[in-house]
Amino acid sequence: MIRLIKRPTPSRFWTAATPVLAVLLTMIAGGLMFAALGKDPVAAIRTIFYDPLFDPNFASYSRPQLLVKAGPLILIAVGLSLGFRAGIWNIGAEGQYIIGALCGAAVGLAFYPAEGWYIFPLMVMAGALGGWAWAMIPAILKTRFNTNEILVSLLLVYVAQQLLAAMALGRMRNPQGGGFPGSRNLSQYPAASNPELIAGTGMHWGVVAAFIAVIAGYILLQRHMLGFQIRLSGQAPRAARFAGVNPARLVVFCLGVSGALAGLAGLFEVTGPAGQITIDFNSGYGFTAIIVAFLGRLHPVGILLAGLLMALTYIGGELAQFMLGIPSAAIQAFQGMLLFFLLAVDLLSNYRIQLGRPEVA
Amino acid sequence: MDIFGSINLWVLLASLMVAATPILLAAIGELVVEKAGVLNLGVEGMMITGAICGFAVAVESGSPALGFLGAAVGGAVLSLIFGVLTQVLLANQVATGLALTLFGLGFSALIGQGYIGVRPPAMPRLDIPVLAELPGLGRVLFRHDVIVYLSIALVAGVWAMLRYSRIGLILRAVGENHDAAHALGYKVVRIRILAIMFGGACAGLGGAYLSLIRVPQWTEGMTAGAGWIALAIVVFASWRPWRALLGAYLFGGIAVLQLNLQAAGVRIPVEYLSMSPYLITILVLVIMSSGRSRAALNAPASLGKSFHAQG
Repeated sequence: MIRLIKRPTPSRFWTAATPVLAVLLTMIAGGLMFAALGKDPVAAIRTIFYDPLFDPNFASYSRPQLLVKAGPLILIAVGLSLGFRAGIWNIGAEGQYIIGALCGAAVGLAFYPAEGWYIFPLMVMAGALGGWAWAMIPAILKTRFNTNEILVSLLLVYVAQQLLAAMALGRMRNPQGGGFPGSRNLSQYPAASNPELIAGTGMHWGVVAAFIAVIAGYILLQRHMLGFQIRLSGQAPRAARFAGVNPARLVVFCLGVSGALAGLAGLFEVTGPAGQITIDFNSGYGFTAIIVAFLGRLHPVGILLAGLLMALTYIGGELAQFMLGIPSAAIQAFQGMLLFFLLAVDLLSNYRIQLGRPEVA
Repeated sequence: MDIFGSINLWVLLASLMVAATPILLAAIGELVVEKAGVLNLGVEGMMITGAICGFAVAVESGSPALGFLGAAVGGAVLSLIFGVLTQVLLANQVATGLALTLFGLGFSALIGQGYIGVRPPAMPRLDIPVLAELPGLGRVLFRHDVIVYLSIALVAGVWAMLRYSRIGLILRAVGENHDAAHALGYKVVRIRILAIMFGGACAGLGGAYLSLIRVPQWTEGMTAGAGWIALAIVVFASWRPWRALLGAYLFGGIAVLQLNLQAAGVRIPVEYLSMSPYLITILVLVIMSSGRSRAALNAPASLGKSFHAQG
């Protein structure tokens, strides 16, 4: 007979070991999935996890992509992890990401074709503000009307996507674009572009922002009163209330920060790697960041590593699509599977497994 | 205004029922799940899995009925993953539900690759004799396919089950206080897993209704938030089956109205009209949850909490 005994505190060993275990299990299950698709599972896993980094033919292109893809994921996930720790579920980061990009791009396009050092910083501010404002909708509805923030933030993603379509086809359409949908190319407008800072590394301002967010998140959670309140609210809501934590303030703070960071990620993406506002410039980073946050154990340093790993699955997935004809949807299912396994093996950090008969107390 | 004049009210009402059915099916399933004290946020993922499973089975077998059966099985199997993770392995329900949605979207796109642009076999309409000939109302109420009637029957069945049957009483007990139910000797985990699978099967049926009848075609991500709206409708209904029906039809009405306005060429960009169902859902959520309304009081007390038997 197998019995589960709740640990008084989560096991430190398993907290660190479960993400690794989950990745290994996902590789096995993913290999089975690829085998079911009629592909060589070993080659597929190698193409996804090994070739982008070490294969001489692809590494020179793939390695910089690692930071390009990991930047927005980490930036968004650090913000989300704050709320997730406090039991505040912002799952609409994708919408905040879109709105941030729209607001930032709007500022940039308004200045076109002026030159000036101040344009890009203004766009960055507009992007953060846009994401923040979009996240304030569920925050205020939650604090004022007790509306479920999960549903509202998620439904707003669909609203944001429609708004994006309206903008890409309407107000923000490039007047010199020959009628094609999509805005002017911001990455080719020097005052508004987010270029690669060090050639060949993929490092752009969004990646810098992601690193800053990781450090700031770490300090906030480990060294600051607010971070303590966030952790307390998640682990013992009643104790938090007795300790004088204001839950409404926490909701506004957590949603606001995650929204602003998601908005920043959107702005950096649209001015850099994506280049312009198009109907589908957003590549689902806002949703994948949820997986990144959990894979990183809601810890800033963990998120940094998880973001890099998840970026690797994106790049490796593209490579596998190109080399082996594995459909991109398989990679999406693969990422979802990773979250399943992670949640499943999480049992080990919170419970002890006891084999044999229960002792009589 | 001639824009409204060009929209036939009876046709509108009839298509409202069709538009509402997928959401109604998913919502009534989720209602049972939540009554058992489990919050499954994976409705969207189960719907889209049902949509592609149903579509694939219907195309391969040529039978829409088998397709719906396949969809229910597909949705239930996917929900079983959620059930095992949350009930046996005690994973966080919110996170697992999200995982289900993310996985479902990827998985369905993977299966659906060979089915883009394929037309599914048509589902015959089931006109109820005599009643279907009634002017106006006959067209609205009695000229639909069998799934529309099934969805209404399901609402009635769930209502009667929850209210009058022993199973319903046990289910509610498990949802209100799982420790007490456990102490009385009910198998909390088993009951919850069965409820979760029922919810998965219903969501699968709802998804298949989209891909086989409403659209009818397979496109990636075709549920477009219907699963999330179904979750919102459960809150709107304050966990009462007939109010879920009302909510779904209200929502169906809005969806159909905005489509008709799009077709009638109102001078509002299409994108803003397409936003309206989501915005109105948010508005309804706000109204339902504000203050100390009855909705908040009616939520199952153990909703979203993990159950771990102590001894």
